[in-house]
Amino acid sequence: MQKRFVTIWFRHLLTDWMTIRQSDLKDIPFVFAVPDHGRLIITAANTPAEAQGITAGMVAADAKAIVPGLKVIDDIPGQNLKLLKALGLWCIRYSPIIAIDQPDGLIMDVSGCTHLWGGERGYIKEVVNRLRGKGYDVRAAIADTIGTAWAIARFGQVTPVIEPGGHTNALLPLPPAGLRLEPVVLERLHKLGLITIRSFISMPRSVLRRRFGEGLLLRLAQALGQEDEVIIPLLPVQPYEERLPCLEPICTAVGIEIAIQRLLETLCKRLQQEGKGLRTAILKGYRVDGKLEQVQIGTNRATYNSSHLFKLFELQIAKIEPALGIELFTLTAPKVEDVSPLQEALWAGKPGLDDLGVAELLDRLAGKIGQGAIHRYLPDEHYWPERSVKVAGSIRERPSIDWRTDKPRPVQLLNKPEPIEVSAPIPDYPPMLFIYKGKRHQIKKADGPERIEREWWLDAGQHRDYYNVEDEEGQRYWLFRSGHYGGSQGNQWFIHGFFA
Amino acid sequence: MVDAKKDIISQLQKDILLWEGFKPPPPGAAGLAGLGPVEGAFPNGVFPAGAVHEFLSTEPEHAAAAGGFINGLLSALMQQGGACLWISQSRTLFPPALKTFGVEPDRIIFIDLKKEKDVLWATEEALKCEGLAAVVAEVREISFTESRRLQLAVEQSRVTGFILRGVTRKLSTTACVARWKITPLPSELEADMPGVGHPRWNVELLKVRNGSPGVWKMEWAAGQFNMIAEPVAEEMLHEERWAG
Repeated sequence: MQKRFVTIWFRHLLTDWMTIRQSDLKDIPFVFAVPDHGRLIITAANTPAEAQGITAGMVAADAKAIVPGLKVIDDIPGQNLKLLKALGLWCIRYSPIIAIDQPDGLIMDVSGCTHLWGGERGYIKEVVNRLRGKGYDVRAAIADTIGTAWAIARFGQVTPVIEPGGHTNALLPLPPAGLRLEPVVLERLHKLGLITIRSFISMPRSVLRRRFGEGLLLRLAQALGQEDEVIIPLLPVQPYEERLPCLEPICTAVGIEIAIQRLLETLCKRLQQEGKGLRTAILKGYRVDGKLEQVQIGTNRATYNSSHLFKLFELQIAKIEPALGIELFTLTAPKVEDVSPLQEALWAGKPGLDDLGVAELLDRLAGKIGQGAIHRYLPDEHYWPERSVKVAGSIRERPSIDWRTDKPRPVQLLNKPEPIEVSAPIPDYPPMLFIYKGKRHQIKKADGPERIEREWWLDAGQHRDYYNVEDEEGQRYWLFRSGHYGGSQGNQWFIHGFFA
Repeated sequence: MVDAKKDIISQLQKDILLWEGFKPPPPGAAGLAGLGPVEGAFPNGVFPAGAVHEFLSTEPEHAAAAGGFINGLLSALMQQGGACLWISQSRTLFPPALKTFGVEPDRIIFIDLKKEKDVLWATEEALKCEGLAAVVAEVREISFTESRRLQLAVEQSRVTGFILRGVTRKLSTTACVARWKITPLPSELEADMPGVGHPRWNVELLKVRNGSPGVWKMEWAAGQFNMIAEPVAEEMLHEERWAG
């Protein structure tokens, strides 16, 4: 596929940003400056200041001599990068691959994106107009290579749209500065009278290398498309992502439903073809006012069943706030697992945890009440009752050890043992009676003690001596004494559970 | 003449039962829940699996007994490898104990919710899911309408539902097929051995739709329900009802 790139040049990035924030600065010449060796060096100047001959790199004192009313603002280090990042994220609506071009530009890979805005001319116009509408003075260009687009955006005089294959011709009349060269190389070219690219492009490569170094050849090759240029996208490209730009901003629930349905259909079709199923999916809605709405769903088993996934999203629609409208929806599947269509068919009728219906039910429950409310337990290798079970990581996880039945365990276990009053006749004998919640229980039968030691490597405290007791009504309890028999000072006795 | 009428009436009764969701026992599959004579209290003499049962328990001790009894039933219902959902607000059920009642604790999925309304919603959703063997819900109170919704859900899916009702101060009528009350009984050991014996319960079937309520004493031992004593004249009552 023919690659197409757009570069955007923010001519006064920092000062435009300042003007947007403080509109009274609009017509006042002002500059940003940083201290350097005891002087203030200008890093950025706004349009009124530039009109009076002030440029970046000047000393602030000199500039003040030229323009007496010049306002000098302290530069914030790293601010332009922050701005570019925010602007780049905003531009995601135009293309999924956007890279920052330091210090004042953005590079977008727009291959296959422009037709959504009615062709490249319309696309460029839309991008530039929207950014200008925000208050940024931008120039943009579209071409086959990043190098050409960069040069045209900054030095082009004729048209911002370079037709496919026309980049060599478009480069010829431009100055060598359009090739992103080092200042030293530029100066040397200038001294030799090579003021356009045309004047040296046909020179033998060995000559150029000897005189101007490898850098010039590389930049030239990149601009001409003979060498690939790698850009680092602002957002990593998701392998499973679907986008749905909307002609009109969507602000109704029905509209969002339709958008989700369409996105799911295309994504699920792709997943099915590749034999994959998604475990999590994120729906993002880019709002007209620049905000981002995001909802996420998770499934217990990898699936590409679009109607089931839609049901999960349906529960979340109420959380999406469209405000003035959403103009772009993206659906990504960050977590994807293999599914075998054959197994799917086998499992459909099989009862148990592998059943498709059960997994879908759990997804629905998780969607409404949260995954945190759903637990499945597996045995754990601890004697301490509270730690003898662990929460299973997934629905497919099987117990690694057997459930133990050699010791009696109560059907109901209190979350926290509750203190009781007992009377125990002899040390290490079960109590005769105990009082729990104001009621006396005469103990008729008892088993025990079962001593469970505290796991000292996990926590400190007394061991427990558990007794399994039955009162006169036949009710069965699990009691324990904390620590050794304490004689006259009494012991701490607790009730911990109820047997069936 | 009288015989002919009897035939017609019994045929009609069978039809009505079928419409209400009671299926005649499949041939050769007697004693689905392993309850023995208790199953005789139900129409057709078979434990209605695709229905909602309610259990009354106010005390935690009774809840524990009911929990044990339900788990005994679950072990039979989950024999084919099914899964079970246990939905509750403040759960105290201790999974390792379930193994004693023949249930694989890792095949039970616990849903712990904060609101009573969510419990009922989740229960209804779960009862609609055919892939489950059973659903247990711990609720404080359930109204007739809510229980009717649950009953309608199981009539479609044939899942067994168990409702554990905590508040029984004013007992509203429900659409559940049966109302149980399980209370613990003193256990007994052979020859006055020391220690605590197998769990033993007083199983009260307070209400059965189209069946005959009764009281039984049961014990859970060696992985099955065992009857302790014969129910009093239950069979008689049963006969009379069918005749009249």
